[in-house]
Amino acid sequence: MSERENILGRIREALRAPAPPPGSQGHASAPTPASTPRMWLPKVGESFDEQLALFTKNAAGLKADFQMFNSAEEMHQALVRSRDTEGWQRVAGQSGDLANAICPVLNLPLLRTDKAYDVNELEACDVGISECDALIAQTGSVLVTNRSAGGRALSVLPPHHVVLAQREQLVADLPAAFELLKLKYASNYPSMISFITGPSRTGDIERILVLGAHGPKRLTIFCL
Amino acid sequence: MIITLFIPCFVDALFPRAGISMVQILEGLGHRVVCPAEIACCGQPPFNSGYWDEARSIAAPVLDKLKDAEVVVIGSGSCGAMVKKFYPELFANTPQAELAKKIAARTWEFSEFLVKKLGVTDLGARFPHKVTFHDGCHGLRELGIKKSPRELLGKVSGLEFVELAEAETCCGFGGTFAAKFPMISTAMGEVKCASAVETGAEYIVSNDSSCLMHLQGLLSRQGKPIKTIHLAEVLNHR
Amino acid sequence: MSTFAAQFLKQARVMAGDLRHRQIIRTALGNYELARDQGRAAFQDWQGARQLAAETKWEAINHLDHYLEQFASKLETRGTKVHWASTGEQAREIILQIVRDKKAKSVIKSKAMTAEEIHLNAALEAAGFNVVENDLGEFIVQLRHEAPYHIVFPSMHLTRDEISGLFERELGSAPTNDPEELTMIARRVLRKKFLTADIGITGANFAIAETGMISITENEGNARLTAALPKTMISLLGIEKILPQLEDLALFLPMLATMGTGQVLTCYNTLYGGPRQPGESDGPEEWHVVLLDNHRTELLADAEQRDALGCIRCGACLNVCPIFRNVGGHTYSTTYSGPIGSVITPHLRGLQDWKHLSNASSLCGACTETCPVKIDLHHHLLQNRRNASAAQPAFFERLAYKVFGFVANRPALWSIAKKFGRWGQPLQNLVKGTTLDPAKSWTQTRDLPQLAGESFKDWWRNRK
Repeated sequence: MSERENILGRIREALRAPAPPPGSQGHASAPTPASTPRMWLPKVGESFDEQLALFTKNAAGLKADFQMFNSAEEMHQALVRSRDTEGWQRVAGQSGDLANAICPVLNLPLLRTDKAYDVNELEACDVGISECDALIAQTGSVLVTNRSAGGRALSVLPPHHVVLAQREQLVADLPAAFELLKLKYASNYPSMISFITGPSRTGDIERILVLGAHGPKRLTIFCL
Repeated sequence: MIITLFIPCFVDALFPRAGISMVQILEGLGHRVVCPAEIACCGQPPFNSGYWDEARSIAAPVLDKLKDAEVVVIGSGSCGAMVKKFYPELFANTPQAELAKKIAARTWEFSEFLVKKLGVTDLGARFPHKVTFHDGCHGLRELGIKKSPRELLGKVSGLEFVELAEAETCCGFGGTFAAKFPMISTAMGEVKCASAVETGAEYIVSNDSSCLMHLQGLLSRQGKPIKTIHLAEVLNHR
Repeated sequence: MSTFAAQFLKQARVMAGDLRHRQIIRTALGNYELARDQGRAAFQDWQGARQLAAETKWEAINHLDHYLEQFASKLETRGTKVHWASTGEQAREIILQIVRDKKAKSVIKSKAMTAEEIHLNAALEAAGFNVVENDLGEFIVQLRHEAPYHIVFPSMHLTRDEISGLFERELGSAPTNDPEELTMIARRVLRKKFLTADIGITGANFAIAETGMISITENEGNARLTAALPKTMISLLGIEKILPQLEDLALFLPMLATMGTGQVLTCYNTLYGGPRQPGESDGPEEWHVVLLDNHRTELLADAEQRDALGCIRCGACLNVCPIFRNVGGHTYSTTYSGPIGSVITPHLRGLQDWKHLSNASSLCGACTETCPVKIDLHHHLLQNRRNASAAQPAFFERLAYKVFGFVANRPALWSIAKKFGRWGQPLQNLVKGTTLDPAKSWTQTRDLPQLAGESFKDWWRNRK
């Protein structure tokens, strides 16, 4: 008999004894009515403006740089400014509606990571520019997948991650983000889905916050 | 009403004034108090150590003596929890299962009894001192006692109340734990005492004499001036 | 007393008196506590969230066979190789075999307490393979050749000066007491490892049955890199990590972050559903998922304590436990410390050898109160005590309780006992604190209360 059958067999045998009801913690308890996460998670306003304000506030708290633009030109200019301020020499990116328009504007060597690439070349890039699947107001998170955001490494290896988003991509909360994932990818999910909430960080040294532990030290979110 | 008052073993032997205060308070409110002489211990020490047969042999006479009680009041959070929360579990699947549940339903810790059952918070007491309150763990977490002692203290004339930063942190007594793991018990007590001293209070009050015994033991050894006193004694003070 | 128990007592004694350690831990947890409390308050109803979490885990654990089969089958349809290990040894062997097959020269590993549990690193090293931890805290304790101090904060017990000294010795870096500089030193060193590793080993925080994915919660990005760069990826997880549905994460990710680190969400929460798929540009070519039992099915069979398998390893119970805070994580000498460790270690490693962990508690219940999935932690400690003494009663202790019981509820005997106590107390004062003192464990650090001249029962009797 395989270990799989051994383990499953032991589980079935173990489960013959019924367990006390969930959450009873030694108290006799009445069953609680069915609930969903949204009933308990922090409340999020229903309007776009409220959600945008919440996302903005959260991003700031996370030390992510979030900017809204009213036109593609403004966004391009901001990107060029970043290039100059930070001295970008090499850029990594992906193909996509927003990305295709932007990368030529930067006029820098571009490494595409949504097709086969050399990781050492990615390591030599100053910035990774990706699109995203959603911005989540409740948590200030960016939702990416390896299929929609240039692979697994683009959004985590370069020291600066720039996200290009559209305002229609703003969703209220985590339940909405999971609904979106299900709707968009149904039974053919990308092999990596990641919720990015601020630049990389650690508190492992005396619980003092340091950004850029292994992932990007800077996270910029440009939203059209 | 006729109140059956169960005074725990350590209150009887070491802190009788707390028990006496409870009798005087309840009688002062016009009730008749009975104290069964034949029972002294709720059985918690063996229970906590896992010797449930021995715990049952101590607790069974207690159940028997309380079976006709109209209402049972226990002068300690930990013993109150033993009877109210743990007796039904201890006696589950035994002939006394129903009796245990019945008595548990009629059992109250002293401060909860005053506030929740009798609806009394002002006992006309006077205790002109600065005090802080230690929430004994069993009372706090097994019996949900938090507000009642504070409401009672709030009505004591002359009393200045200050919250303890570590009010809900275990003092480290834990019954046999204090003897089996004395250094950990002491460390926990030190944290608690330091928090109490920080409040500037003259007294640490609690509804559990066992906690106070442990804290007082540490405070006396360390020569700290802050004193300990049971809630009932404060409420009986004139 | 088992040798583990003796060792625990000895170490506990040392640590309980270590005021420097006490203060370090207090400071380390201070900001976490504020953030955690803020985070909980932000929920519309934290208690409602706990109940839903408890119900979700109940569903998962009480139908574990069904969900595990679903999980494994979904993984396999997308090309993942799923292995089942009944014991730690089998899991080590499975992983070793993969590492050997790949002739790996460099193995990197992100944080996985399950790997600690089965002593994976030691086994790999003994077989001649170099394993480098890439979570900063784990990297630090690996360099120190010590176990992680805490399941979430492995290096919580160290000061920046100690870490600087460590890096100077082991990495040849220049001394610095700036946490940022220290972090950058580690980042530079580990960068090379990320880029050249043949094999990346990860753990998992959750296993989603519905979609066949694991979920990894982290802040640094090291697990993301471990799962992106090496050609072969291995993920080790306990069978109890199951959650039924993808959207369950909408509840569990923020609860884990709130209770684990006081964050709304950690920096990276990532789902992995397969190795590199057709059309994908990077990621491991091969992904092995190793499902570990290692006595979890025994805990499952203990219906009274089955909820302990719902643990999401947030560490919140450790943080509130006054015993943990005073003796520190290393004193437990086992992978899982604090209240959850004290509950499950007797099941994972043997009741009689490890019951002392369940004994070393005042049963204050702070753990049970704080647990986000409502595990009945402190009552399980009590149940472990009951099970341990039923199986192997301690002769003198049981006798003492029998005697006490005999005396306590017989008024005449109780009265005599108190009188003896009163006479004996002055004698006890003579030997107080010495080896002759029967109350030594109390009187070493505390004064004994005096037996009252007139006990309550005396007073009551005299009133009549």
